Amino acid sequence: MATIYVDDRPYEVDPGKNLLEECLSRGLDLPYFCWHPALGSVGACRQCAVKQYRDENDQRGRIVMACMTPAMDGARISIRDKDAAQFRAGIIELLMSNHPHDCPVCDEGGECHLQDMTVMTGHNYRGYRFGKRTFRNQELGPFINHEMNRCITCYRCVRFYRDYADGKDLDAFASHNHVYFGRHEDGVLENEFSGNLVEVCPTGVFTDKTLKGHYTRKWDLQTAPSVCAHCSLGCNTIAGERYGQLRRILNRYNAEVNGYFLCDRGRFGYDFVNGDRRLRQPLLRGQPTGAPEALRRAAALLGRQSRIIGIGSPRASLEANFALRTLVGPRNFFSGMAAGEDHLVARMLRALRGARVRTPSLHEVESADAVFILGEDVTQTAPRLALAVRQAVKQAPRTEAMRLRIPRWDDAALREVMQQQKGPLYIATSGATKLDEVATASCRGAPDDVARLGFAVARALDDSAPEVAGLADGDRALAEAIAGALRAAERPVVISGSGSGGEAVIDAAAQVARALGRERTADLCFTAPECNSFGLGLLDAMNTSEAFQRVADGLVDAVVVLENDLYRRAPGAVVDAMLESAQVIAIDHSAHKTVEGAAVALPAGSFAETEGTLVSNEGRAQRFFQVFVPEGEVKPGWSWLMELAQAAGRNELATLASPDDLLAALARAVPVFAPLPEHLPTAAFRVNGEKVPRQSPRASGRTAVQADVTVHEPKPPADPDSPLAFSMEGYPQQPPSALITRFWAPGWNSVQSLNKFQSEVGGALTGGDPGVRLLEPGANGYAAYSEEIPVPFERRDGEFLVVPLYHIYGSEESSAAAPAVAERCPEPYAALNLEDARTLEVEEGALVEIEFDRALYRLPARLSAGMASGVIGVPMGIAVQGVDVPAWSPCRKV
Amino acid sequence: MDRPLTGDLRSDGGVLDLAAYEKVGGYEALHKVVREMTPADVLKEVTDSRLRGRGGAGFPTGQKWSFVPMGDDAPKPKFLIANADEMEPGTFKDRMILEGNPHLLIEGMILSAYTIQATNGYIFLRWAYKVAAERITRALAEAYDKGYLGKNILGSDYSFELHLHTSAGRYMCGEETGLLNALEGKRANPRAKPPFPQVSGLWGKPTIVQNVETLCNVPPILRHGAQWYLGLSRSEDGGTKIYGVSGKVRRPGAWEMPLGTTMREILERRARGMREGHSFRGVLPGGASTDFLVEAHLDTKMDYGSVQAAGSRLGTGLMIVLDDKTSVVGMVLNLERFFAQESCGWCTPCRDGLPWTARILQGLLEGRGRPGDLERLEMQTRMMGPGNTFCALAPGAMEPLQSALKYFREDFEKLIPKSDAA
Repeated sequence: MATIYVDDRPYEVDPGKNLLEECLSRGLDLPYFCWHPALGSVGACRQCAVKQYRDENDQRGRIVMACMTPAMDGARISIRDKDAAQFRAGIIELLMSNHPHDCPVCDEGGECHLQDMTVMTGHNYRGYRFGKRTFRNQELGPFINHEMNRCITCYRCVRFYRDYADGKDLDAFASHNHVYFGRHEDGVLENEFSGNLVEVCPTGVFTDKTLKGHYTRKWDLQTAPSVCAHCSLGCNTIAGERYGQLRRILNRYNAEVNGYFLCDRGRFGYDFVNGDRRLRQPLLRGQPTGAPEALRRAAALLGRQSRIIGIGSPRASLEANFALRTLVGPRNFFSGMAAGEDHLVARMLRALRGARVRTPSLHEVESADAVFILGEDVTQTAPRLALAVRQAVKQAPRTEAMRLRIPRWDDAALREVMQQQKGPLYIATSGATKLDEVATASCRGAPDDVARLGFAVARALDDSAPEVAGLADGDRALAEAIAGALRAAERPVVISGSGSGGEAVIDAAAQVARALGRERTADLCFTAPECNSFGLGLLDAMNTSEAFQRVADGLVDAVVVLENDLYRRAPGAVVDAMLESAQVIAIDHSAHKTVEGAAVALPAGSFAETEGTLVSNEGRAQRFFQVFVPEGEVKPGWSWLMELAQAAGRNELATLASPDDLLAALARAVPVFAPLPEHLPTAAFRVNGEKVPRQSPRASGRTAVQADVTVHEPKPPADPDSPLAFSMEGYPQQPPSALITRFWAPGWNSVQSLNKFQSEVGGALTGGDPGVRLLEPGANGYAAYSEEIPVPFERRDGEFLVVPLYHIYGSEESSAAAPAVAERCPEPYAALNLEDARTLEVEEGALVEIEFDRALYRLPARLSAGMASGVIGVPMGIAVQGVDVPAWSPCRKV
Repeated sequence: MDRPLTGDLRSDGGVLDLAAYEKVGGYEALHKVVREMTPADVLKEVTDSRLRGRGGAGFPTGQKWSFVPMGDDAPKPKFLIANADEMEPGTFKDRMILEGNPHLLIEGMILSAYTIQATNGYIFLRWAYKVAAERITRALAEAYDKGYLGKNILGSDYSFELHLHTSAGRYMCGEETGLLNALEGKRANPRAKPPFPQVSGLWGKPTIVQNVETLCNVPPILRHGAQWYLGLSRSEDGGTKIYGVSGKVRRPGAWEMPLGTTMREILERRARGMREGHSFRGVLPGGASTDFLVEAHLDTKMDYGSVQAAGSRLGTGLMIVLDDKTSVVGMVLNLERFFAQESCGWCTPCRDGLPWTARILQGLLEGRGRPGDLERLEMQTRMMGPGNTFCALAPGAMEPLQSALKYFREDFEKLIPKSDAA
């Protein structure tokens, strides 16, 4: 630690940081633009000027940029100094010389960093009296709105988009005061993280186009902490509602998980909540009805004598799943995952609960200095993880560059030294991935060959691991190289997941981690299919195929299906048969074939209308909270289950009245969940005896929502289930980290107010980051090497191995129903290696016919140099669903 | 032999080809160096000669080279770059050599590269110097043919590849780190320092960027020795300097003279004084980005220390003379417009301050001045003061303005209408 003096007051600081970071971390206000805690310093905007003095006798001092000056021991600076203050006000005035001052019609107004900083510097009278430059704005696709005239040229957008996220189609053009940030021509911003521009931009140049479609000011939103439900990573979000409509998603900082950034699926996939596919009232065989009638009919199916089973869902909360499990009994509860999915999740969990390996947080992946990815295209299945990997490859060159005694925060200097250098990243998959461009080496193979490479790497790391028979020389050399890079690294990470569909791939990844973990626990990161797959995996239930079998065996009268479209879990014929032979009660937030075919369908709340707990791929259990009370007969899934039980005269759920009760019962019933009640905030939690408000305080200027009807405000709905209130009233200051409903601090109305919620800038949230890790390395757990090494993949005559491919937009069920995301979904296709296409005499776009898992598909061919030989890739959720792949299939040109 | 840089130039404006250059002693230094001298020997000679950078900043050349990591562990490859992006208004000294004697530059570069053991070099040339581009291209081919460039130069184990890069043309490319970015195909924004290019320059490798004139001093220093070189000068620093004069003088031009020649001598002897009907009011002694000096300063020696003591900078050594018939405000506006246009747009004071400055000046000239305009201009000079901006472009741009406000304030004041209230 070091001591610096700011306006003659001593502060203990970290000398590895710069003065700006340290001033902000100590709660001092200093305006800035170009600096960003995740992007570092570049010294462009000159806004954070302070006066620095040589020693206590120096009266003159000199102006320095706080972001470019290390917080060295004994440093003496003044923020209040008149010259520095005038300079900062002068910079704002310069920045504003071309700014249109259009705050009243700007989407950023009220949460604009430029507004906040302007007020902070005290600049208020405009001295510039000449014309302003104007720009033409660009059409950037369904996510981002562009308004370049507001630009203050801080360069943050391109630094995030290009330098951090490796995007290519956004750049700075022209020079002097005509610098233009945009694409080379109008068009969709291609990078999967473009939505972060909304938060990175300090003013209204890049704004959320989906929000614009149903715009509301920040202070009129009702917001609650949420957890993204669109993949398994569990990124923390803030969801905002007004007038019963979910309006937007913002990043909710969690230093261990998503940090400052979300992917575009997570940010823009929310609109399904407002979509016309929502189920808003009960259905009887597809026909709308009232809740009492639906409950009466459903209760009749669930009588005491009835043999009922429950099918849960890996996209529903632990609470809802556990309510179903309790209602039907553990022996009649099925996880809702297909057999293949279930086996993959079980294998991943077995490895992660074993010895020698540890599941890293996203933040830890970011800090890795060598990465080996097996079988998973994380860019499409877990995009935020891909962004973390993109940071990981910068670690080794950065460490090297820092030897020139460049501090970690000095981004511009580090980049000049690092140039294009990348640290070790090895990728083995069946199809090309967008991370290939930053990989040391990437290789293609069928899932079994990918697994064999993994086993060979494990063997190269540890002689006692089984040998891979018949390995080609090239593969052996590659395995040696990968092993060498992992061994040489300080923080290596092995990444895999369920995406390849291959169990051997998962075993191989675990094998590598175990071999690597002989001396020191190794990081093994798995991605799971859905937001609560690991939660369901830890519940240790039977899978959906087993449920279908039980129905087919005639052992079931009624099936309760919770938040699950079974057509995405099994071939259509199988589900059709089940719907015919048993009475199905489906509970879900949106209409789909299962809901339509059910005897009774009940409208459940989406993530924004319920609360619950999800277990992420890290094994981190996190609570999401209800954002608003939905209109009509929509209720949380667990609530319907309680009403069903009561209506049917069953007492299984009689003692459980709330999500807290369910979680407590779950903790008692399944030991792995024991820490949950203690670590997650319960409904009884209060700060100073008060609840945490979901709405901004009265003084914020929140408008009288019903003013056109009556000036009397309606009584806010009660919320007995959480420590949050649907109200402006409540604890007015910062709540505990898990209950942050919005980022706001006096004088800081934009997302940049986050600085005030962190223990130190860029570090953990005050009081610790939310969530509780359920998976830690088991000292005595399973750690034996697998001997089940697959034989080399062999092509078959006339047949191809169908492997799953994923798309960030389209493969995930609920986000694909959001109009902005739907616009980005690809058309169905079948991807083929160029040579295979030649053999089949198939050209790009020509129809091919494939037949597997009891169904026939005709798909346009997509020729891809990146596909492994002898395999066909089909996009999951787009071309096919409910299929068990990899599977062999004939392939013909139509 | 008192004009080592320009003494051999042909009077007809033609170029010295390889044979002509060799005839006047060209490449003798190279022969001597690869045979007899280690890089450390060369460095000592150049350091002892007290050669300082001729591009404007005047950094001691030997000292700059000494920062380059040497030895087997040093990062490779290392680069040597000639900054031939001469495009400041009123600056036309490097052009004389580039067009007249490109081999002098090439030899200087080989010797300098040898000193830092650079294996690759670039001549970063202003796009508009088309004649120079043609002549350098031919000279490079001649040098390669003769074995002065390429692998195992003159049979030694030293190899050096030299390329000509014609710039796309921005003033910022003349700033050494902006030049590096431009050479890498990036925006010509300045880079953060540290790391300095000597340690991490082109492609992150050790790099020396040197002005053309500076490099051209190296062959004569090595041929005749540091003592001889020091003897050429009338100042504490060694050598000659190409001085130049533009403006309403009788004979504008550029001439090589001993470092430390006085302004008066250059103006009166070489430029032959003011044109008929014009009288001297002031001068930018070192080019467009230096402070005005006035009559009282004319006996100042044009060397690094003396010009600084007088309140300006030696800069490029090319004087721009202001006469009594030319509008001071107009001249400053012309310069500020140039600098505003050439700002890269990276840092706020420069990007937004220079256009504002230019518009105030334009307003004054167009009769739209307002009370407070001069205070606003003074504020701009403070906002763009040294240390307040990312690089030296804006502080340089403020030098003519701030000194004009100091010496010629009445010229500005008379353009401001008296306010109605007064």
